[in-house]
Amino acid sequence: MSGLPLREKLAILADAAKYDASCASSGAKGRNSLKSKGIGSTEGSGICHSYAPDGRCISLLKILMTNFCIYDCSYCINRSSSNVRRARFSIDEVVKLTLDFYKRNYIEGLFLSSGVIRSPDETMSEMVEIARRLRIDHSFQGYIHLKTIPEASDELIEQAGIYADRLSINVELPTDEGVKQLAPQKKPETIRVSMANLRLKIEEKSEPTLQTKRKQRFAPGGQSTQMIVGADATTDSQILTTSSRLYSGYKLRRVYYSAFSPIPDSSSALPLIRPPLMREHRLYQADWLMRFYGFEKDEIVAAQPNGMLDLEIDPKLAWALANRHAFPVDVNSAPREMLLRIPGIGSKVVKRLLEVRRYRRLRLEDVGRLCVSISKVRPFIIADGWSPGGSTDALNLRERLAPQPKQLSLF
Amino acid sequence: MSRYSVTLAGETDFAGWRDAARRLVLNDVPPHDVVWQTEASTDLFGASGAPLPPAPEGKTLNVSREFIDSAEGVICHSDPARFALLYRLLYRQRSEPNLLKIASDLDVTALRDMAKSVRRDIHKMRAFVRFVRIGEGDEERYVSWFEPDHYIVVRNAPFFIRRFTGMRWTIFTPHASADWDGEKLAIGPGAMRNDVPREDTSNTLWRTYFSSIFNPARLKVKAMQAEMPKKYWKNLPEASLIPELIKGADAAARKMLETMPTLPAPHHAKIQERIWNKPEEQLPEIASNLSELRAQASACQRCPLHRDATQTVFGEGPADARVVFVGEQPGDHEDLAGRPFVGPAGRVFDEVIEEAGIEREKLYVTNAVKHFKFTPRGKRRLHQRPNVGEISACRWWVEQELSMVKPNLVVAMGATAAHSLLGQAIPVTQMRGQVVTRDDGLRVFLTIHPSFILRIQDQDEAKAERARFLTDMCAVAELAAVA
Repeated sequence: MSGLPLREKLAILADAAKYDASCASSGAKGRNSLKSKGIGSTEGSGICHSYAPDGRCISLLKILMTNFCIYDCSYCINRSSSNVRRARFSIDEVVKLTLDFYKRNYIEGLFLSSGVIRSPDETMSEMVEIARRLRIDHSFQGYIHLKTIPEASDELIEQAGIYADRLSINVELPTDEGVKQLAPQKKPETIRVSMANLRLKIEEKSEPTLQTKRKQRFAPGGQSTQMIVGADATTDSQILTTSSRLYSGYKLRRVYYSAFSPIPDSSSALPLIRPPLMREHRLYQADWLMRFYGFEKDEIVAAQPNGMLDLEIDPKLAWALANRHAFPVDVNSAPREMLLRIPGIGSKVVKRLLEVRRYRRLRLEDVGRLCVSISKVRPFIIADGWSPGGSTDALNLRERLAPQPKQLSLF
Repeated sequence: MSRYSVTLAGETDFAGWRDAARRLVLNDVPPHDVVWQTEASTDLFGASGAPLPPAPEGKTLNVSREFIDSAEGVICHSDPARFALLYRLLYRQRSEPNLLKIASDLDVTALRDMAKSVRRDIHKMRAFVRFVRIGEGDEERYVSWFEPDHYIVVRNAPFFIRRFTGMRWTIFTPHASADWDGEKLAIGPGAMRNDVPREDTSNTLWRTYFSSIFNPARLKVKAMQAEMPKKYWKNLPEASLIPELIKGADAAARKMLETMPTLPAPHHAKIQERIWNKPEEQLPEIASNLSELRAQASACQRCPLHRDATQTVFGEGPADARVVFVGEQPGDHEDLAGRPFVGPAGRVFDEVIEEAGIEREKLYVTNAVKHFKFTPRGKRRLHQRPNVGEISACRWWVEQELSMVKPNLVVAMGATAAHSLLGQAIPVTQMRGQVVTRDDGLRVFLTIHPSFILRIQDQDEAKAERARFLTDMCAVAELAAVA
């Protein structure tokens, strides 16, 4: 096994990691190498260094330390019953690979995850050691994201937080029933408690200490999680309920939705489907509405039959079409909360509208210059010299605004 | 014919533009009277026009920081019209001081678009510069060839210094180069593609990584190209793989779908045997002590509250406590920590009982309802009062706790606790301070929940309420001592 050439190990262990959707390299505190004379920096927002033809950004070296695993989660390529080829990196190999890639500006840093071998603590301590060597031995200032093993000991999590920018624990599936069914050896209650502990620790460490009056460094990029969408019968409404529980309870920076994807040598317990990419996209849009646009989950799904988001149109437009009594909105007088609800207008545009409004009245062409496409916005607003008349209530409005139906070409 | 012609020293000569613009604007020279060019472009148009007037003495010009910042970025744009646009905006701001706030103005829109384009170019350079290592040991250097859209090398160099401080590197572009020797930055002339080597030992590994991290079942070529336009591909070592990956994606994904699930891997049975098939410890059906009871309660699903809460928050304290305190339900903090009375209300509770001379270590504290009930509201969880059904469901645990601890006094804090202990709704604020003896002989002291004090807005009122709670606690201390 350790006889495998590095290149083959990399192929196996990157392949094993690609089903994790998380890629962000943002949220870390500003940091650079000017003092240490080493390498690495993080400046708040992350950088995507490449894009794969699946449209996903490549920002971090996303690999598994090993894909040997004692768990048998049916959706996972690395489950113990899978016939996938197995490999294992040594600690030094991961450290060197990260530094070599970083020096060529291929990556922002490392996203390290692992199958669990022998015991959670053993696996976690090797991951922590990799992060420690990068930070301490090589004074690496780039981004480090460690996937945390829920059952790992408190001391290991504590150390992980000192070296990593972000920690994450995957909830795996949106409901406890789903976890029990598809990942029978994982315990949803343990995952929750681990996330709760992480939040408490992040908050505790962000308080200045009594002795040094300085904040301790602990996962400055916060925690995130991922759940798989489409592997079981959970509705979008249930998924968003889980998300709002996770955001409010554990202060997650991000919840990632990962469309269930076929894997090589898949389990018979799972549907053989193409990944529901549009559904995944709509969930991200709904998630955004909850976090940045003041929408509550119930509003988003209220008008949706069976608790599923509309795949044809985005959830904001869907809400507007179902709540036409709230429109048209006068862009010259409406409050911010209402401007945020206009389809086709993002939060940046709202900020600009409010600013311009202080000095002059807005005409339709002014709004047009601020947003991407005025045609989607027009039926929902009143501006100087513009009123949509009956078009807000027109029965065919949905047809006019929805993208032309076409064969979804996922393959 | 324009009256004035300004020739700037270079494409990003901000100082030159600033000096000329100052003199022109202080002399009220309207924008259409000025032609802007750089030394490189003068041959085409020839320098003409009157020499610039000096700035009138005593006259000053105030410009917002926002405009300067924006102009410093926009001057890097490759559009020759940028100098004139910036001057026009400067000129107009004298009569329209809030001009930059009018995001819908045509000039402001143009400024914003140019600034955005420069920012994007800077960002893409940070993303797509690829270093090639040359030399070994002391001779080790990293070089890169990049083709930006705008004149951004100087503006972007500090980023690469901050990031690659410990390396010696040079970035070559068609119009300029930036060289860092580990100590200082040197800006040099432009170069040619062939001046810079392409191959690096790490290329192979990087290309392996690129093709392995790609999931052929999720092909989204447009999404990739939106962020990584084709114009960048020729300088990215991984990009030559893209056509093949796209071509093979359909077959690869189909193969995954069509391959029938195989038999479990050989080592699977061994792992199952060694790790998972151990018999689980069975809990006795009837708990005989508090720790067994606690273990049972941790899996409680007697009401729906377990679905959204983190964990069961069970009671805490010595098994032979004389006094048991019962609160309402765990709050946000208790839910996370898994322990009762450790949040803000718990701190008030601790302070007050200490003043009353009650030792916390000798108490058993618990809640009438053991899971946190809340509604998510954005980033927070809003406490919700448990209903009668939830109180009744959880009484199963409370009563067992009481029968094991066998206290001689129970303190019911708040209506929920009183309801749980006495089996009916009790007007706690009216009956506070009183002791009700249950049919089974257990004495229940009624008081408010300490979180009530925290909810009072008016400071004086809150103080008074706290004092009343202290009086109640002193009564509890006496009752406990008597019994």
